[in-house]
Amino acid sequence: MSNEAVLHTHSGAHDDHEDHSHEHHEQSFISKYVFSQDHKMIAKQFLITGMVWAVLGGLMSVLFRLQLGYPDANFPWLETILGKWAKGGHITPEAYYALVTTHGTVLVFFVLTAGLSGTFANFLIPLQIGARDMASPFMNMLSYWFFFAASIVMLSSIFVETGPFSGGWTAYPPLSALGDASPGSKSGMDLWIVSMALFVVSSLLGGLNYIATILNMRTKGMSMTRLPLTIWALFFTAVLGVLSFPVLLSGFILLIFDRNFGTSFYLSDIFINGVGALPNEGGSAILFQHLFWFLGHPEVYIILLPAMGMVSEILSVNSRKPIFGYMAMIGSLFAIAILAFLVWAHHMFVTGLNPLLGSVFVLLTLLIAVPSAIKVFNWLTTLWRGNIRFTPGMLFAIGFVSLFISGGLTGIWLGNSALDIHLHDTYFVVAHFHIVMGVASMFGMFAGIYHWFPKMYGRFMNNTLAYIHFWVTIAGAYLIFWPMHYQGLAGMPRRYYDFSIWESFKQFQDLNRFISLVAMIVFAVQFCFLFNFFYSIFKGRKVLTQNPWDANTLEWTAPINPGHGNWPGEIPEVYRWAYDYGKDGVDFIPQTTPVGADESVEH
Amino acid sequence: MTIYLTIAVIILIFVVIFQISKASEYVSTLKGDEVSRKQNNKINGFLMVVFLVLGLFGVWYCNHVLFDKTLLAHDSASVEGARVDSMLWVTLAVTGVVFIGTQIVLFWFAFKYQEKENRKVFYFPHSNALEVLWTVVPAIALTVLVVIGLRNWFLFTGAPPQNAMQVEVTGKQFGWIFRYPGKDGAFGKKYYKNIDAASNTIGLLWDDQLTHDDVVTEQTMYVVKGKPVKLIIGSRDVIHDVGLSQFRLKMDAVPGIPTTMWFTPKYTTVEMKEITGNPNFVYEISCDQMCGNGHYSMKGIIEVVSQEDFDLWMAKQKPYYLNAFPDKDPSNAPAADSAKTVKPAVAKM
Repeated sequence: MSNEAVLHTHSGAHDDHEDHSHEHHEQSFISKYVFSQDHKMIAKQFLITGMVWAVLGGLMSVLFRLQLGYPDANFPWLETILGKWAKGGHITPEAYYALVTTHGTVLVFFVLTAGLSGTFANFLIPLQIGARDMASPFMNMLSYWFFFAASIVMLSSIFVETGPFSGGWTAYPPLSALGDASPGSKSGMDLWIVSMALFVVSSLLGGLNYIATILNMRTKGMSMTRLPLTIWALFFTAVLGVLSFPVLLSGFILLIFDRNFGTSFYLSDIFINGVGALPNEGGSAILFQHLFWFLGHPEVYIILLPAMGMVSEILSVNSRKPIFGYMAMIGSLFAIAILAFLVWAHHMFVTGLNPLLGSVFVLLTLLIAVPSAIKVFNWLTTLWRGNIRFTPGMLFAIGFVSLFISGGLTGIWLGNSALDIHLHDTYFVVAHFHIVMGVASMFGMFAGIYHWFPKMYGRFMNNTLAYIHFWVTIAGAYLIFWPMHYQGLAGMPRRYYDFSIWESFKQFQDLNRFISLVAMIVFAVQFCFLFNFFYSIFKGRKVLTQNPWDANTLEWTAPINPGHGNWPGEIPEVYRWAYDYGKDGVDFIPQTTPVGADESVEH
Repeated sequence: MTIYLTIAVIILIFVVIFQISKASEYVSTLKGDEVSRKQNNKINGFLMVVFLVLGLFGVWYCNHVLFDKTLLAHDSASVEGARVDSMLWVTLAVTGVVFIGTQIVLFWFAFKYQEKENRKVFYFPHSNALEVLWTVVPAIALTVLVVIGLRNWFLFTGAPPQNAMQVEVTGKQFGWIFRYPGKDGAFGKKYYKNIDAASNTIGLLWDDQLTHDDVVTEQTMYVVKGKPVKLIIGSRDVIHDVGLSQFRLKMDAVPGIPTTMWFTPKYTTVEMKEITGNPNFVYEISCDQMCGNGHYSMKGIIEVVSQEDFDLWMAKQKPYYLNAFPDKDPSNAPAADSAKTVKPAVAKM
């Protein structure tokens, strides 16, 4: 607080945006913490809402892992919590599928999309490009509140009599369209769609704002090729979201029509037990999958790119070395963003897709491995002959690279249709996408939080807790997901409530128990992080210098606790790229330092 | 009671961790932040190598324990599946080398280049030669994999051999229905509005003479060893998936849009019991596409038998038509009064 008071006393600069920062001198609680238009506060709102969802989503996975690990055991306390969904202390199939579905939906959309790019796009874009706020702070605020509304609706669906939606996060019709085919597809599904529609709106409002801000509001000297890689990654993320989320929404709208107004976009030739033949004819259930995966695949990169950007930045800062191949990094981000739109049907190799079309998607899918390989080798070269500081952020960044390699390589298996025809929808897929998209992006998020926490709250997080958090989590992530590849190689299908009746799959009971046990431990250890986070907001060690990591980027030239408007005086001018670490023997040269006369000319 | 005890213990562990963490922060402030930071750096650098070594050992150990539980421990049960397996091994070789190599480099670099007092970092912003190298090499490796993959893909999805037998597979919540074309070798027409849960599970049109000798069974499908079989796959309600893990293939069952898949069984069920050493072995059809709350129990059985056994089995099957119209069955109704029950199929619509 005192910091802010100090800052606001000398804001005599003559920048256009300056008036803007004056307006917010006397803020009420509501306008400062609730309906805030300050990008930093909105970022924190996204982050904390995302964390709440991460805990709920994680808890759901613990509950269904309990079923998978201990299919014969009864836990009376489950009935206390879940009531009729766990009759006799045993999770019912309805509840199991609802948990799996909600786990997937909230982790993919609410945590790793809103929680990740919502947080860091909001927080970092203005601070790293040298802007006072987003292009439209009001739209930015709306973006959060649409997300909040989506959260409330999704949460309410859990309390519906017939249960929340339970047809998998991909919501394929006809299952998702017909309440008679599954109780979860009754009103739970209506709420699910409404929630997702609100989420799409939130995502679009945010994304348009991020793009506009990055293109128009960079400070003097901040050319596109001087932007930190975080910003490039967030830029491509926003572009992906803006171009693909509307397609998802259109798919959902057709689904609403099929569900409620008797149309047949996705329905044809259906006979439901106990109901009889439905009148719908001529629709295509596969159409939905095309519309869904046209978002669904870019979505993977919407989740992954921000993590990649932050990891690039954090690796460079803590190796005290420039990121290797800056232009190649941008080029590969660009290539990934383009290819992300051209590979969606690799999720559909076994739907009866035209084989020729399938072969094109094989080619394009495996092509993505090239830019991904470039990124990995560039990260490795960044470490080479550096002088590495293992801050918690750096540990998670290294963990991200390890997980991205492990999970990315199995993508080469699954992207090849002739292998996918065997491994599709088995635990091999579960292992693949949890490692490369789920855990890796979580690691990117943790790296970002640990690295920018001092900027967010003016305090440090506790290192010891962070180290425990990192080492247990990375070991646990591998212990959980690595053996799942073997289950997949046995053909074990995803989304099974119980394997005991299957001669082909029941041999993994011990392994399932082991995985469940590790999952519970890893979940528990996340409370080390949560406690650390909230405790450190109030009681953490105070940041005493403006630039605790000796970093080059602009956010570290702002005051320790920046007010609304970020810089009290003029916005700093930029003279160089963000990665002059170790140049000419100088440890680091911030972007705001003019190029010296005797400096070598590289870059 | 144990539950409260467990919770208490967990909370206690957390409190201890938090106390230690806080104490360590005070100690580091006393020692000087810089000194303790360097100590932590050394510890974490060391843990990087520990993690690498334990990790690689873990990869070996996991394989050691679990390999025999996978399908790879035995030969593929279909001729085509053997190609999936060989492709899988090639892909594993390529990705395995990259995996081991890059993980070693990652953690080794992290350890080796941890902060040292007087190390001068190497200012190395880019190198065209290196970047071209690791664009071109992966591109070549991937091209090889794509070529292998697509050759197999076009084989799997191409037309089955001429002598293939045909079976129609229909998924429903939560089971499988199979139809054989009967003596005439052709499937009769069907229409979903003709479905009757009791007597006409897939909605055959009795007007079509070709339906009259079609054989319909549930749950167990018989196919012949060494004879290619083409599955014509459909669904009665939601999307299902015919998952044949031992044959290394799967294909979705989509309502309204028939799909196909073919393969050549290599071993009979009995032979497979010996190969796997499991007397309870059966070929299972697993539904691999989320289809509702009974998804996990949607099982079918495939019996792979010799041609003679198949013929014997087939001879015992009654056409489904006779199931719907029992009085048409010559063995049921020796009397000559069968004319009165010819019910036109249209009446059901």
